[in-house]
Amino acid sequence: MLEITPNTIAFLVFALLSVGGALGVVVSTNLIHGALFLIVSLFGGAGLFVLLAAPFMAAVQILVYIGAIAILIIFAVMLTRSMTSLSEIFNRQWWISAIVAVVMLGLLLVGAILPVWGPSGTNAMLPVSDAVGTTVDLGIALVDGNQFVLPFEVASLLLTAAMIGAIVIARDNE
Amino acid sequence: MSPLQEFAPIAVLLIIAVLVAIIISIISRLFGPYKPTSRKVSPYESGMKPIGSASRRYSIRFYLVAVLFILFDIEVVFFLPWAVVFRDMGLYALAAMGVFTLVLTIGLIYEWKVGALEWE
Repeated sequence: MLEITPNTIAFLVFALLSVGGALGVVVSTNLIHGALFLIVSLFGGAGLFVLLAAPFMAAVQILVYIGAIAILIIFAVMLTRSMTSLSEIFNRQWWISAIVAVVMLGLLLVGAILPVWGPSGTNAMLPVSDAVGTTVDLGIALVDGNQFVLPFEVASLLLTAAMIGAIVIARDNE
Repeated sequence: MSPLQEFAPIAVLLIIAVLVAIIISIISRLFGPYKPTSRKVSPYESGMKPIGSASRRYSIRFYLVAVLFILFDIEVVFFLPWAVVFRDMGLYALAAMGVFTLVLTIGLIYEWKVGALEWE
């Protein structure tokens, strides 16, 4: 049975935020509200990352997904024609997304949930791996000459290329 | 220390923020007079009448600003783990981040020179 610890309460709250926000995204008829619900859902995900002892992922979730991607989505909604009062929440492609969602759920069940809580008994207490990566490990790995300093520097080239590409595509050359 | 303990101050902050917001709304609703009229609930009370709908299309130029913002936001993501360790790694880590930042600064200078930051 589930023990009531601060951990489980926090998990339930964040899981509720995550699933409830996702539900809000798909049922709201106002796309701006949908985008705001997406922020709720992503925040729940950030909380789950904290519970999984991945604080860097939580910070990235807040910084990049809530701080930037959600804003970009809201901008995209504001740039399109008025989408604030949709009368239907289904469109012609609903069955494609239904298939994708069912396949994803199946993959998660087979790949992640069955090995832990499957018929072979519960392995929930077994750690998946002994290697616990902290933000310090990540920082050292990024600048260490024997590890990932080259990909790290190449990433800056990639970001610059994306910047120049965005400028070239978005500006009309008059 | 477990991750939950490290994040306990943030959790306390979140809980206080949510509680204060809820309490203030309840108190102002309980003790304040509430007699809405069509004039009072209009966006500008005793002001101009709104012309048209607020949800119209915005200029595409905002999108370029948002994309450029995302790129610099990702730069911050790289700064984050580096900032945790750079005191222990010394000048070498500073140089590594210097190269990283230099390349992005070249991108920023290009962006500036080409006029992407201008509203035109």
